[in-house]
Amino acid sequence: MAICSYLPDLLCKFPAIDDTTIRMARKSVDEGFKGLVRSYVNAIDALVQPLQWFLNYLERLFVSSPWIVILAAMVAIVYYGSRNMRITLGTIVSMFAIGLVGLWNDTMITLAMVTVCTLIAILVGIPIGIVMARSERAQSIINPILDVMQTMPSFVYLIPVVMIFGIGKVPGLIAVVIYAVPPMIRLTNLGIRLVDKEVLEAADAFGSSPWQRLKNVQMPLALPTIMAGINQTIMMSLAMVVVASMVGVGGLGRNVLQAINNQFFTVGFFNGFALVAIAIIFDRTSQAYGKRLQKHSEVIHG
Amino acid sequence: MASHAIEVKNLYKIFGPRGGDFVDQVKAGMTKGELNEKHGHVLGLQDINISMPAGGVMVVMGLSGSGKSTLIRHINRLIDPTAGEVLYDGVDVCKMNENDLREFRRHKTAMVFQKFALLPHRTVIENTIYGLEIQGVPDAECRKRAQGWIERVGLKGFENHYPNQLSGGMQQRVGLARALTNDADILLMDEAYSALDPLIRVDMQTVLLDLQKELKKTVVFITHDLDEALRLGDKIAILRDGKVIQQGTGQDIVLKPADEYITAFVKEVNRGRVINVETIMRPLSGNPEGVPVVVGTVLESAARMMTLANQNIAHVVDANGKAVGSIDLGTIISAMVTPISHEKVAQAAE
Repeated sequence: MAICSYLPDLLCKFPAIDDTTIRMARKSVDEGFKGLVRSYVNAIDALVQPLQWFLNYLERLFVSSPWIVILAAMVAIVYYGSRNMRITLGTIVSMFAIGLVGLWNDTMITLAMVTVCTLIAILVGIPIGIVMARSERAQSIINPILDVMQTMPSFVYLIPVVMIFGIGKVPGLIAVVIYAVPPMIRLTNLGIRLVDKEVLEAADAFGSSPWQRLKNVQMPLALPTIMAGINQTIMMSLAMVVVASMVGVGGLGRNVLQAINNQFFTVGFFNGFALVAIAIIFDRTSQAYGKRLQKHSEVIHG
Repeated sequence: MASHAIEVKNLYKIFGPRGGDFVDQVKAGMTKGELNEKHGHVLGLQDINISMPAGGVMVVMGLSGSGKSTLIRHINRLIDPTAGEVLYDGVDVCKMNENDLREFRRHKTAMVFQKFALLPHRTVIENTIYGLEIQGVPDAECRKRAQGWIERVGLKGFENHYPNQLSGGMQQRVGLARALTNDADILLMDEAYSALDPLIRVDMQTVLLDLQKELKKTVVFITHDLDEALRLGDKIAILRDGKVIQQGTGQDIVLKPADEYITAFVKEVNRGRVINVETIMRPLSGNPEGVPVVVGTVLESAARMMTLANQNIAHVVDANGKAVGSIDLGTIISAMVTPISHEKVAQAAE
């Protein structure tokens, strides 16, 4: 650039740290991290072992049960959750379609995975959300972390996850939870913060302890928002199982990955639509359930 | 259960992060405007001294922004004071630790809110038992006690309705039942009836007065409506800009308004319903004539009695039936129509 001839070199070309220094720094961080992981490998394995067991147990249960039992259980859950015939019928039709194209077992594996991920996300997310709602400080610390978790490309945090846990279902599970837990935390926090101040004041005026306030007032009134968080978490887990298949999670995600690698157009779409079908079933059921929870707030008089 | 009086002493509330720093300056005479302009702090309450009668209804009256809702929240310490004391049964509420305060709120106070503040996810009966439930009273016992109050406030048959299914007046009945079920000595009512229609409001005032006749709780009632204040209050304090500008009985305030502000307020009041016969009676000269009127009767009722009896003169008797004074229709009418400004009162006193 011509303009550069008038400027000192420092202002023209960005003064990057030189390559050797960066390489050294990179190497020492990587080595250090690997060393750390290597020295705690047994502890880490022991720590995640229960997850592995739970996941394997659920997967075996879903895959080995006769399809009719699973379908009956699903229909029962969907019906009691939504009390809606249309959603229930839709569930039956889509599960039949999935079975007919030969994706039943893969769907069961994915279902098991999503179930475990959602449960963990709820168990982790709700307490963190509560802490965040109680303290401005906690909120100001946790919020940026959640921002990073949501915007960081999932492939990037797959790297340390794989380094720590290796290849398999558990690292996949952890990656999915990292991706899916932020809405759970955020919406729990939001739900509690949106609780009517007057009602909280009334709870205080009658002498509620902090726990009674949380249990009797804040959680029940935040529940519709928390349900929306659970719904979001399920949707994001379903989206993430495809990426998680890259580190060894089976099911529909792996089929999609293979289809990408081999340009199997039809296989890709079949599996994709199976995921969509499950997503819609979960979504409609949990939303209808959430709406029923709010029945008391319907305004009946004028 | 004997209720105790509540003593509010030298209470100051300055809103803002460093409220405590400015108490001395306010005591030294800094005004609300100066404090806000120079330091960005809001003077909520200033040197409040009120003694609230035991077993009586204390009404705190003021327009919006006068600090009346702030004041009532100091009694159960939903708001912490910047300086001063709130004494109940000899204990300073402002110095209680967290546990004592919780116990105080659970057993000694109950509150009714302007916007009802019911729990929307709980039915009427579940709302009513809330106070007892958090005290750890067994459920069956809670429900038994709550049922009585629900019937008492006229909500029988609505036990399993949700608040949203009820009208405003009925929701406030739930609020009242919830407070009464707590069986606390102090009943705090923060503009409890302000959100209700005029007719329902009068109806609810009657409910409160009837209940109070037998319960004799120490009631603190906040309102912006002077008619309501005069109807309910055994004692009334009028608040303006965080200061008490006058306190006394309804009659005191109507007959001797402390300044122009209160004069303007009381001008519209139906004086015949506030002033008692003994206030304007003449000492008895000669034999008692006309109809007997008991001490404490308001002018309107006395005038009605006299008109019905077709007499222009009545005599006032005390509770034992002894004649203590006499009164005629002309005096009653002139007392009912004369609006006395505080200046005239001052002149008359000189």
